[in-house]
Amino acid sequence: MTVFELQQMYRQGKTGPSEVVRELVKKVEVWEPAIHSLAWFDPEWLTRQAAALEKGTGPKGPLWGVPVVVKDNICVEGVPVTCASRILKGFRPPYNATVIERLQSAGALLAGMANMDEFAFGSSCEHSCYGPTRNPWDLSRVPGGSSGGSAASVAASIAPLALGSDTGGSIRQPASFCGVVGLKPTYGRVSRYGLIAFASSLDQIGPLARTVEDAALLSQVIFGFDQRDSTSGDLPVPDYLQQIKTGVKGLKVGLPKECFGKGLDAGVKTELEKAFEQCRALGIELREISLPRTDYAIPTYYVLATAEASSNLARFDGVQYGYRFPNASNLMELYAKTRGEGFGPEVKRRIILGTFVLSSGYYDAYYGHALKVRTLIKEDFDRAFEQVDCILTPTAPTPAFRLGEKLQDPLTMYLSDIFTISINLAGLPALSVPCGFTPEGLPVGLQWIGRPFQEEVLFRGAYAYQQAAGWHTKRPPEPKGASS
Amino acid sequence: MSRQTADSAVVIGLEVHLQLNTATKIFCGCPTRFGAPPNSQVCPVCLGFPGVLPVLNRQVLRYGIRVALGLNCSIQPKIVFHRKNYFYPDLPKAFQISQYDLPLGSSGFVDLENKKVRINRVHMEEDAGKLIHKEGEPASLVDYNRCGIPLLEIVSEPDLCSPEEAYAYLKTLKGILQYLEVSDCDMEKGSLRCDANVSLRPQPDVLGAKVEIKNLNSFKAVARSLSYEIRRQGEILEEGGRVVQETRLWDDVKGVTQGMRSKEFAHDYRYFPEPDLVPFSVSTEEVEAVRAALPELPAQRARRFMAAYGLPPADARQLTAEKATADYFEQCVKALPAPVENKRGKVFANWIVSDISREINERGLENIQALGFPPSSLIELIGLVESGAISGKMAKEVFIESLASKKSPAAVVAAKGMSQVTDRQAIREAALAVIQEQPKAAEDFRNGKAQALMFMVGQLMKKTKGAASPAISQEILKELLGGENS
Repeated sequence: MTVFELQQMYRQGKTGPSEVVRELVKKVEVWEPAIHSLAWFDPEWLTRQAAALEKGTGPKGPLWGVPVVVKDNICVEGVPVTCASRILKGFRPPYNATVIERLQSAGALLAGMANMDEFAFGSSCEHSCYGPTRNPWDLSRVPGGSSGGSAASVAASIAPLALGSDTGGSIRQPASFCGVVGLKPTYGRVSRYGLIAFASSLDQIGPLARTVEDAALLSQVIFGFDQRDSTSGDLPVPDYLQQIKTGVKGLKVGLPKECFGKGLDAGVKTELEKAFEQCRALGIELREISLPRTDYAIPTYYVLATAEASSNLARFDGVQYGYRFPNASNLMELYAKTRGEGFGPEVKRRIILGTFVLSSGYYDAYYGHALKVRTLIKEDFDRAFEQVDCILTPTAPTPAFRLGEKLQDPLTMYLSDIFTISINLAGLPALSVPCGFTPEGLPVGLQWIGRPFQEEVLFRGAYAYQQAAGWHTKRPPEPKGASS
Repeated sequence: MSRQTADSAVVIGLEVHLQLNTATKIFCGCPTRFGAPPNSQVCPVCLGFPGVLPVLNRQVLRYGIRVALGLNCSIQPKIVFHRKNYFYPDLPKAFQISQYDLPLGSSGFVDLENKKVRINRVHMEEDAGKLIHKEGEPASLVDYNRCGIPLLEIVSEPDLCSPEEAYAYLKTLKGILQYLEVSDCDMEKGSLRCDANVSLRPQPDVLGAKVEIKNLNSFKAVARSLSYEIRRQGEILEEGGRVVQETRLWDDVKGVTQGMRSKEFAHDYRYFPEPDLVPFSVSTEEVEAVRAALPELPAQRARRFMAAYGLPPADARQLTAEKATADYFEQCVKALPAPVENKRGKVFANWIVSDISREINERGLENIQALGFPPSSLIELIGLVESGAISGKMAKEVFIESLASKKSPAAVVAAKGMSQVTDRQAIREAALAVIQEQPKAAEDFRNGKAQALMFMVGQLMKKTKGAASPAISQEILKELLGGENS
């Protein structure tokens, strides 16, 4: 069920929040043993929220009674929030993230915390202290990452909406792998207050949904300036739903030639070509463009993101909260053992890399250099947007891969973000919308990239495409042996 | 003095950390009150909880600009913060938000009596918490109240050549900072802290290895530690050794510096631009608004005192070095009926720079306010002298007694029956007795020796235990002795 369908049922009095919660719990019982998309789930917590909504007499917010799954790196007061890491074991934030405050005042039901790659470091949702999440379309495959739990729970219809976070593709790539819509908003569009930071200059919270209009609705609730986040943009949030159906005739769209060369899976390529045809049929003007610095995005990203991460994750030292090595005999041992035991291998790999690129004598060669390349990558996009209104690329070079397939080869794993990473470096908005299935039956995603703070163009384009293509109506079959 | 320790061979630079007295912390809304119960002035932001973000308190920027301008710095229009990364339990984020290559102020100076000390930089940063090690406790405790208190770091160029100069620089700097009213500048509360860097030139144009001295809790400790360090390094050089570049801790009780395990402090801070705070520009208008609102600073005030009250430069300088002292002086003279004559201004200045300053120093007090002798008391005391009720000499006793008993000067005089004897008959009787006891002096006076009269006045004062009015005594003695000098 989509948000719009659910809201219609509410309006018609066919259901109520408590009944919706009961349905949700059933879905969890059906799907969770197979996909394990949630890091924390408490039916009583949901029931209490539903009861509070039913008792309420005030005006109903735009997400009244709509369940939203929250990625395990967004702070919800009093609830375990762990970034899927042992080091945050037992941590319950004493405050709400700004997006959570906005969801609550919009009347949303917080459905549970979604599994993820530890500290959002990963593209497969396998690096979690809770174990991996599986793809609802093929349980032998990963859901993508790092917001794999968010994407899988929406794909399995546990909830119609989820929040993810995207630092290099962590919303869009799992949306693509799971056949749902995922948006990485413009940097500064959504407050990061309460998002446990991975790389502060790249992170954005964003929506995952079954449909483009549902994603637009959730965006409207969470977007907007927040004085608690100095990097948030003080710009008005348009009414996306009003504009979403205004059509795409004459929309100028660029296809970067660098994104359709080698390394692109044949099945993905076929589906994209069909999608481009449908776009043309809708009156969209497609033209080839060039983003010449695309190849530099991954190395640049892995210098900047790991540098910031090494600093952001230094606070997990066992002193104030989370896991603490119990028998340290001195301070150094407390630090070393707490962090040694608390962090998983991918987190350690990135902290070491980030510490190295910032260290004295190497800063200029790595971090300083990467900052300059980042500016050049931005300039690529600036030039492209002089000619076109938005840019289309594959969201990921392949469909969902098998569990364990890339776990031992981090570099190959990093390449699955090749089309998404440069968007974070440039701070642009980008949306992944389902655009078909490979011959093995795996979803493929189409990425719409826009100018800063022009998410409405992405919604309009992706909605028109979605309505023409109809992929959003396809749902994965319930897992075998399910008890429903 | 050996060649190595000659003043010209000593190179000293000082780093001062100043806590700003803003109502709230630099990156969150927590109060900055001193002495609150441990961990009572904290929030997720200053505790560095996961997911929180800093927001700059603009008052810190305004205070920073005020100090930078007060120290004659140029202002960096682009404000950029950096992260300084290191692990320590008093630093909950494991990085300090500070400034790095673009400090708020640079290229300033402070004028000492006969030297210009250049200021290298003034930058903004956040303070860390405090570790509390309790005797006999197996663990250390952390108080995070201080986390996020705004600090300015003020770094001098290595222009200082002796411990005395370092002391004078700190005194002058503190005076300026007090006038700027951005901090209470209290070393005991830690709102003003100082680290010293010192090296000796092995040869006139070669710089020696630099030693940083930490744990300096007073300006006196700064001077003492520098003297010790200069002697220590001098001895090493004389013996042909090499000074090791290191950080040493001052032990105020033993009066020595001790090396720290250098490993502990071999930090690579991995500075990089703080991504959670967007760089922004300070407009010329903002800077000029702060400049226009700058208060009168010590040097300007000294010049004004010299012009208005005819004070000698040295007195004016001493009077204005500390804001509290200069305020005290002005409260005194402003209470007098206008216009204040130069002469009367000088009387008050003399009292403040001599008797009052001496008592402050002897008692080791923070400032003139701590003495417990308000301007109204000094006005009363000087009034007693000017009306002839007591002598100048008695006034000094009344001052000391007033400090001891916490009574006003008039109350002291009344209680002790110290009123000056102006009864001419009583003085005449005492004068007759002196003339009888000192025939030689009386004879000398009659023979034209003027000094003999002063001797006899002195004897008369002694006889009356200082109570007789010296003027009346002199007059009566002359009258009784007659003679050529009358």
